[in-house]
Amino acid sequence: MFAYYLQLGLRSLRRNPALTALMVIAIGFGVAASMTTYAVFRAVSGDPIPWKSDQLFVPQIDSWGPAQGRQAGDLPDALSYTDAMALMRAHVGHRQTAIYPVGLSLIPPGQTAKPIAAHGYATYTDFFSMFDVPFQYGSSWPVSDDTGRGNAVVITRKLNQRLFGGADSVGKVINLDGSDYRVSGVIRDWNPKPRFFDVANGSGFGGEADFYMPFTRAIDLQIGTGGNNNCTKVAAAGWDGWLHSSCVWIAYWVELPTAAAVTRYRNYLKGYAADQRKSGRFDWTPAVRLSDVPQWLNLQHVVPPETRVSMLISLGFLVVCLVNTIGLLLAKFMRRAPEIGVRRALGASRREIYKQFLLEAAAVGLVGGVLGLLLTGVGMLGVGLVFEADVARLAHMNLSLVMLTVLVAVVATLLAALYPTWRAASVQPAWQLKSN
Amino acid sequence: MQIKPILTALRHHKAGTVLIAVQIALTLAIVCNALFIIHQRVTQLSQPSGLDEAHLIRIQNQWVGKADDKAYGSLMATDLATLRKLPGVADAYATNSVPLSGGGWSMSLRLKADQSAPSAQTAIYFSDDHTLSTLGLKLVAGRNFRADDIRPMSAKEDLLHPAVIIVTRALADKLFPTSRAVGQTVYLANHLSTIIGVVERMQTPWVGMSWGSAASTLVPFRLLTGGTNYVIRTQPGQPDRVRRSAPDALFAQNRMRVIPDQHGVETFRQIRADAYASDRGMAILMGVICVVLLAITAAGIVGLTSFWVGQRRKQIGVRRALGATRGDILSYFLTENLLIGMGGVLLGIALAIGLNLWMVTRFEMQHLSLWYVLAGAVALLLLGQGAVLAPALRASRVSPVEATRSV
Repeated sequence: MFAYYLQLGLRSLRRNPALTALMVIAIGFGVAASMTTYAVFRAVSGDPIPWKSDQLFVPQIDSWGPAQGRQAGDLPDALSYTDAMALMRAHVGHRQTAIYPVGLSLIPPGQTAKPIAAHGYATYTDFFSMFDVPFQYGSSWPVSDDTGRGNAVVITRKLNQRLFGGADSVGKVINLDGSDYRVSGVIRDWNPKPRFFDVANGSGFGGEADFYMPFTRAIDLQIGTGGNNNCTKVAAAGWDGWLHSSCVWIAYWVELPTAAAVTRYRNYLKGYAADQRKSGRFDWTPAVRLSDVPQWLNLQHVVPPETRVSMLISLGFLVVCLVNTIGLLLAKFMRRAPEIGVRRALGASRREIYKQFLLEAAAVGLVGGVLGLLLTGVGMLGVGLVFEADVARLAHMNLSLVMLTVLVAVVATLLAALYPTWRAASVQPAWQLKSN
Repeated sequence: MQIKPILTALRHHKAGTVLIAVQIALTLAIVCNALFIIHQRVTQLSQPSGLDEAHLIRIQNQWVGKADDKAYGSLMATDLATLRKLPGVADAYATNSVPLSGGGWSMSLRLKADQSAPSAQTAIYFSDDHTLSTLGLKLVAGRNFRADDIRPMSAKEDLLHPAVIIVTRALADKLFPTSRAVGQTVYLANHLSTIIGVVERMQTPWVGMSWGSAASTLVPFRLLTGGTNYVIRTQPGQPDRVRRSAPDALFAQNRMRVIPDQHGVETFRQIRADAYASDRGMAILMGVICVVLLAITAAGIVGLTSFWVGQRRKQIGVRRALGATRGDILSYFLTENLLIGMGGVLLGIALAIGLNLWMVTRFEMQHLSLWYVLAGAVALLLLGQGAVLAPALRASRVSPVEATRSV
């Protein structure tokens, strides 16, 4: 019976090609618009480190105080040098690191090569184990380089390819801004999307970094931040004046593997804040906050509002297309009321009518899905026009998106067909036979 | 035209009527909001920057190796002399940032030293006596910087305390709404500065900042850091040539520098395109969705009405046989569509406003102007009339003979 119904369905679809084409086009466009914007949304809203995102935390401290005309709960999104160093020294978490972006110039070995711009992070050795950074050669620098301001550097596969042709370069020396650094490790391609540990600077979807160097060394060499530096007031001139100012520019991350550790850290932060008031540094008790990765990405509005708004509008578009399909299917099915009457009179049950018409709708959905797939492909090419290049690059077709596109098209069409099919199955055979 | 018989007839097609009305309502809600988003984005991206954009080029320069901050001053002076001598170059200067570039300094301004809340927030542009002529800014009051106003400033050792500043008119009006700004003093951070000039307009480096897009301040400092921006104004017709020759001339003069491959040398057109990429993209996306949506809604109306006409051929034949003219039949279907359309539009207005209110709370959107809703409603009614025209004309051509046929 299945094959027969399919044949009947196809014949019926061919009988009004314009109506059928209209349904297929409506479903195709609706599905394609939704899938394209969904692909972008999926790309930017993913969890960058799913196996550990509930164990990595960002502490915030209100080092600016209530007098700056800000709302309650609106804490600075980075730490001042004073606070970051106090937290590092206390060492209350399982692992912790302070991070800031640096932009240096790199002089490649050889006389003729032009200097290149290199972007990296100043950080502590815990960074690599906290974030499960995969190494191709060597490893991160020893703790002694953190405390002793060592000249170690970890470079990325990309930079290793450029400087050393991809060979094992551990122990070799590179020159950044006129200072020599010894390579302690080369990391494999690793660029979490979004780059959760540095979302306060830029969109979080930029290209990979080139190198990582000890934080203490960068401070020693007076390398300023390559990212945002937000100050309320600057008390004194010079490098030390800046370090001890209220300027916030350091990202801080701590790994807390258990609920008990989280509680302990939260209490520590509150205690630290209270102590700062007692010691006279602040004349208010600074509010503190501890956020894990998803909370932090949410707080920092990492998903661009454009992606949400466009996904919503596209979903609304799909709904209109479905309402349209309901109407057209209704017209199509009811036109065949006499035929249904005859089939019912000859003994076909309602169930059979349901089967026949839902199958016909599924065929429409399937063709609509295929069209939707083609249009989604076109949409993917077009996302570069609509979203930031860094974000658009992330959206791509893969098997799950292909399956989802076809599935959404078929399921949506079947849902749209429910009411028209019910009407078709409720046709009174006697009434139809009589009126003819 | 009698409406009562139409309403009675519609009662027999409840499902179809409701479906068309709902489709019109949803379309209206989406199209109104989409058009409103387009309007907002286009307003945003068509704001003038105040600059002579067609002739400007920006070069991002980073010095290599460790140098004393003081040394950067002479390196920059040599570079500027090289650039200004280059054929096709009208003028050049060095700065920390340019409008729309996305990164820069901002500070707050106070009228009194002990004021707790700042009077205004402003972007800070490091400038010299060549800035106005390079960018093509229009001085509307006061004077430009003189060469002896310009001081070097080390980012690591000095604090920003300019004796004189130039502000934009937007900022001047905000600080001194009733009096002349030139000659007045303001506190920039903790130091007193005198306003010596007002320029007509200069946008900040950031797009969509809450404190205004044109509140900018020019300070007479040469910022001594390892990285700087050179801004070049070319002579007419020369941007492409200077774009290639300027970096070459800089490297020939001193090799120990980095000009990034990406965004290292850009025309102001590119900077503008990057700054508004997401605004333009949203406008295009919303435009495409509107067009396709309207097309699908119109096609849906054509489809369903054609079906109704097909269903009612016999009744139409009877009416024609009883003396109804073609015009009567045509206006019957047009009126029917208008009634359904009005029902849909009423529902749609409520939906459009509801959707907008929800987006206001959720996505920091602005309130929808009622004109959009009204214009959208009229447009959809016209769309419905246009869509129904073809099937209605076909109905009007049904011959009275149909009344006598049995099927």
